[in-house]
Amino acid sequence: MWRAAVTKNGCRQSREKVMEKQPAATTDEDLNAAFEARIANGETIEPKDWMPERYRTQLIRMMSQHAHSEIVGMLPEGNWITRAPSLRRKMTLLAKVQDEAGHGLYIYCGAETLGIDRAELVDQLLSGRAKYSSIFNYPTLTWADIGVIGWFVDGAAIVNQTVLAKASYGPYARAMIRICKEENFHKKQGYEIIATLARGTPAQKAMAQDAVNRWWWPSLMMLGPSDTDSPNTAELMRWRVKRKTNDELRQRFIDLTVPQAEAVGLTLPDPDLKLNPETNSYDFGPIDWEEFWAVVKGNGPCNRERLQARRDAHENGRWVREAAEAYASKQQRAAQSPAA
Amino acid sequence: MRETRPITSAASRSSGPSNELGPLTPSSPIAPSSPPKLFPFLLGLADDRLVLGHRLSEWCGHGPILEEDIALANIALDLVGQATLLLNLAGKIEGKGRSEDALAYFRDGGEFRNLHIVELPKGDYAYTIVRQFLFDVYSYHVLEQLQKGAHRELAGIAAKGFKEVRYHVRHSSEWVVRMGDGTDESHARAQKALDDLWRFTPEMFRPDAVDIEMQEHGIGPDLTALKPQWDGVVREVMGRSTLVMPADSYMIGGGRNGKHTEFLGHMLAEMQIVARSHPGAEW
Repeated sequence: MWRAAVTKNGCRQSREKVMEKQPAATTDEDLNAAFEARIANGETIEPKDWMPERYRTQLIRMMSQHAHSEIVGMLPEGNWITRAPSLRRKMTLLAKVQDEAGHGLYIYCGAETLGIDRAELVDQLLSGRAKYSSIFNYPTLTWADIGVIGWFVDGAAIVNQTVLAKASYGPYARAMIRICKEENFHKKQGYEIIATLARGTPAQKAMAQDAVNRWWWPSLMMLGPSDTDSPNTAELMRWRVKRKTNDELRQRFIDLTVPQAEAVGLTLPDPDLKLNPETNSYDFGPIDWEEFWAVVKGNGPCNRERLQARRDAHENGRWVREAAEAYASKQQRAAQSPAA
Repeated sequence: MRETRPITSAASRSSGPSNELGPLTPSSPIAPSSPPKLFPFLLGLADDRLVLGHRLSEWCGHGPILEEDIALANIALDLVGQATLLLNLAGKIEGKGRSEDALAYFRDGGEFRNLHIVELPKGDYAYTIVRQFLFDVYSYHVLEQLQKGAHRELAGIAAKGFKEVRYHVRHSSEWVVRMGDGTDESHARAQKALDDLWRFTPEMFRPDAVDIEMQEHGIGPDLTALKPQWDGVVREVMGRSTLVMPADSYMIGGGRNGKHTEFLGHMLAEMQIVARSHPGAEW
């Protein structure tokens, strides 16, 4: 069933099929030139179109990182489903985490159009070869964290994904359009949780402020290393896979978020944060990139726990997947055998 | 109206499992002559669904297959949604101003009226699915009757739930068959789950004073009459699964009277901790 669902969505595309479109008589150089011209012309690249191997691998890297982030991102928020303080909050959180599973599935399908299997991508995650967003390696310690994740983390994701919705690769761009709609909803829900806490009891307000304090800097780091230290940015910008640099996205996120914090009476933990009248943007203090790289390299507070949780789910589910495959094969054989 | 095809077949669904809740504000006035046991009856219906929905939600992010993570979350959402509507109605019937949240988060274990089978820890995937199947078939028949019952508002909630449970039965029965007739390991796990859970099933069909009063008022179903229907569906699916129906044994139960297993207290401690740490707070 789990495999069938993938093919049913029409998102599985074998490598052979992808390469079929390549006209036999054309040289790589010509193809490359034609591809670059299409990019420069603002055209959308589709799965069956010829593309340079490097473009394909960069997209697989980006899309799979994105899908993995959705899946690993289910864990910190899932941590509070069983403790959500009201039935409505319980249902909205469960639905939100479920949406993330859906996003992961959708982007894995998108990545499969580039000629790679979901099983292989999952293996890359579980073996530690693939990355996922650093933000999900931080712990969720109180109910307010659920609000702040929706507000900051989904907020930052929207800033990033709104731009990716114009990416040159069609399946990725279309996935981003759909996903952004849901992320907007999540962000509103998260902000509403925080607004409710901020006007609640003193203990609730303190809970909200504490969560803001803990998540602000990791959320800024989530938008990626500074442009001066981002090895992939130039190439990805040229191919219109990325449309804005990490620093541009970060500034946009800060400019959107500061007034929202002010509106609910919460303080962002940066004494240097102030509006610059010349740029009409907020200046902010130095980011601790040492912490960012430590988390990216596996030394964040929850890296090991997150990966272990995914490995456990995968291992514990192995017999279930095998049963589904065995049953499907039996059914197939029965259907193929001559009718009695 | 009786279904003309097996309830586990791929019946067309008029709509997907819905996460939406209707308005929870007082809508229709409650008849002042509501029978006295309607309140505990509603609590029993609500608690079955709240507790099982909670147990299912524990899988979120840890499912064996991404698609199943999504499916279980859907079913959990349906169940908690049904529980919310039922608790809201219960609060109105009780007439003491208790909201659905007050009833969910500020009752102790002894005040919960759910069946034992729903409160047991989630176990492995076979245990979760077999338990779900046994409950889904029961719930299907209960809601089918309730939607035709004399209490209009309850019948409305049941009708909405019935649409959802048709999908739940289909999902859980398909997986029971897949596991039973899959590999040796999946078969052994499913059979063990069935053997372990079987003693909790008679509780579903043992009417107490509340059930009898509800049946007399034409509100609730005749549970003893539902048993053969439940047996028939379970037997049919077990046949396809190559699983062996266990022999009926001594009944474990008492949930409807607030006598629970050791597991419910732990579950409620977790579920209620934030709400109870901040009494009077809004969320």
